[in-house]
Amino acid sequence: MSTLEIRDLHVAVGDKEILRGVDLAIRSGETHAIMGPNGSGKSTLAYAVAGHPKYTITSGSVLLDGEDLLEMSVDERARAGLFLAMQYPVEVPGVSVSNFLRSAITAVRGEAPKLREFAKELKAGMDALSIDPAFAQRNTNEGFSGGEKKRHEILQLELLKPKIAVLDETDSGLDVDALRVVSEGINRFRASGDTGVLLITHYTRILRYVKPDFVHVFAGGRVVEEGGPELADKLEAEGYEAYTSKVSA
Amino acid sequence: MGLDTKPLSTLHEKSSYDVADFPVPTGREEEWRFTPLSRLKGLHNGTAAVTGGVVVDVEAAPEVRVETVGRDDARLGRAYTPADRVSAQAYSSFEKATVVTVPKMTAASRPTVVTLRGSGAGATAYGHILVSVEPLAEAVLVLDHRGSAVYADNVEFDVAEGATLKVVSVQDWDDDAVHVSHHHARLGKDATFRSFVVTLGGDVVRLSPSVSYTAPGGDADLTGLYFVDADQHLEHRLLVDHSVPNCRSNVTYKGALQGDGAHAVWIGDVIIRAEAEGTDTYELNRNLILTDGARADSVPNLEILTGEVAGAGHASASGRLDDEHIFYLQARGIPFDEARRLVIHGFFTQMLEKIEVPEIRERVLSAIEAELAR
Ligand SMILES: Nc1ncnc2c1ncn2[C@@H]1O[C@H](COP(=O)(O)OP(=O)(O)OP(=O)(O)O)[C@@H](O)[C@H]1O
Ligand SMILES: [Mg+2]
Repeated sequence: MSTLEIRDLHVAVGDKEILRGVDLAIRSGETHAIMGPNGSGKSTLAYAVAGHPKYTITSGSVLLDGEDLLEMSVDERARAGLFLAMQYPVEVPGVSVSNFLRSAITAVRGEAPKLREFAKELKAGMDALSIDPAFAQRNTNEGFSGGEKKRHEILQLELLKPKIAVLDETDSGLDVDALRVVSEGINRFRASGDTGVLLITHYTRILRYVKPDFVHVFAGGRVVEEGGPELADKLEAEGYEAYTSKVSA
Repeated sequence: MGLDTKPLSTLHEKSSYDVADFPVPTGREEEWRFTPLSRLKGLHNGTAAVTGGVVVDVEAAPEVRVETVGRDDARLGRAYTPADRVSAQAYSSFEKATVVTVPKMTAASRPTVVTLRGSGAGATAYGHILVSVEPLAEAVLVLDHRGSAVYADNVEFDVAEGATLKVVSVQDWDDDAVHVSHHHARLGKDATFRSFVVTLGGDVVRLSPSVSYTAPGGDADLTGLYFVDADQHLEHRLLVDHSVPNCRSNVTYKGALQGDGAHAVWIGDVIIRAEAEGTDTYELNRNLILTDGARADSVPNLEILTGEVAGAGHASASGRLDDEHIFYLQARGIPFDEARRLVIHGFFTQMLEKIEVPEIRERVLSAIEAELAR
């Protein structure tokens, strides 16, 4: 049983305040969706929790099972059980997918997997996400299409088995088939044990595959409304206008 | 800076076997302005007297002929005429030269390894090596520089018609060595030349690889890798002179720098003369600056005197490790040091694959590993 607890989080980029008091708690077994207009600070929340150096935490706290994530380095957070599937996965030249994944698994599990077992595990993971095995030898994310990058993020999710996963627009840019494949991956991860998911999205279409327990509306750097899955449908029908005007008021 | 405006072709037109034809450099000359003359131990001004102490040892492939010859051997200096003061000094000061010959239509069955070992920083020597690859012959040659010395030399690669020469030159000197060297490849018709330069150790290393072509169809690929530590000066000055039609050249040099006073210099001069129609050339230099206090000077120069090139381009970039790369790897649990190691390896990977000799590839890999562990 794990909990990611975000309390009154304020985050700035430079002197610009972007997050203005975010409160969220994600427990294992739960799936939360965050929806909100462009520029409302959703990715900022994801990056700040993961520890990206560009973002400055000005106040508030983030705890994973009671431990202060904000005191940890980026890699310590990941090893503590946090995973961020990025909206724009980074291309890392010269580092092959296979080498990258083996290093990541070694770091997260605390010991290097045996080569044969790693090869088997990687092959199975790639098959499940319909990723061509040739990708193992390619440089990480380099020249991958948008959809291929997203599948690769979910491959990592399934291999690293974090306690809490933050998925930032993993569904954006996916065609219908890829959306299904990626959603199945997320669902396998959810079914695999005590895991919590925070899913950032603009579209309800992924929520038909990955059913959320809670939906949060994000606007102006904070959560402005919370509800069940029905809230997503309402947002899709009505847009964010009601919330964005509320924020500026 | 007035010198900068001189056309390349005139910059490189001077050549002579006689030291007296080159004035002692002051450091203001275009070709010397990056080099710390005060650390050359007199190689540039005639005060570095020969004491000996650089032992040349050749482990040759069975098909290859190796000779040690005197200054008067008529074969020496044919493929290359010294183009600067130190080169001319070396040419007029060496006592014995090593001549490696790959007989025509012979493929050497294994690499020929020339080890140059300096006995200590007190050793001062001048050297000369001629590698002659006769028509349609093929060979791999390793030049392995170790130990310490104050050493200037010229290496001639004479690659005849249809022949192939692959050279790996490793400058793995001790910290106090000074090495100023010219490598010149003269390519005959349809000759192939591959050079892989790895410079890791030495106080000052200034290596000037150059290529000329005597007939069409020559193909030169020059790759270099260097790792510069605190207070080291590692300089590579490339010159490819396209003076005949339909030849190809490709230059790729990459280096990493770390520590206070680490200084890399890369000069990439390519001349495509009026006669050299159909030339295809590209040159690239990249520097990865790992710490404050390290400096990379990178100057590509491309002078095109014909309208009919098949391709001509250059690129140069020097920068820090990309924070986003490191973040991505760290976000997957990989600790910072390991992430940095992966990214730096990645920077060099594709070039390492080009090293034809597995033992050397392994050695370079572990040398990089050792640099990263510092
Ligand atoms: N480096 C930066 N410098 C200045 N402003 C920034 C920087 N990074 C983010 N911002 C701003 O912070 C705000 C929030 O950005 P963020 O990426 O978190 O939005 P988002 O909700 O994820 O949007 P989208 O739905 O488009 O992905 C935006 O106005 C953005 O321009
Ligand atoms: Mg975003």
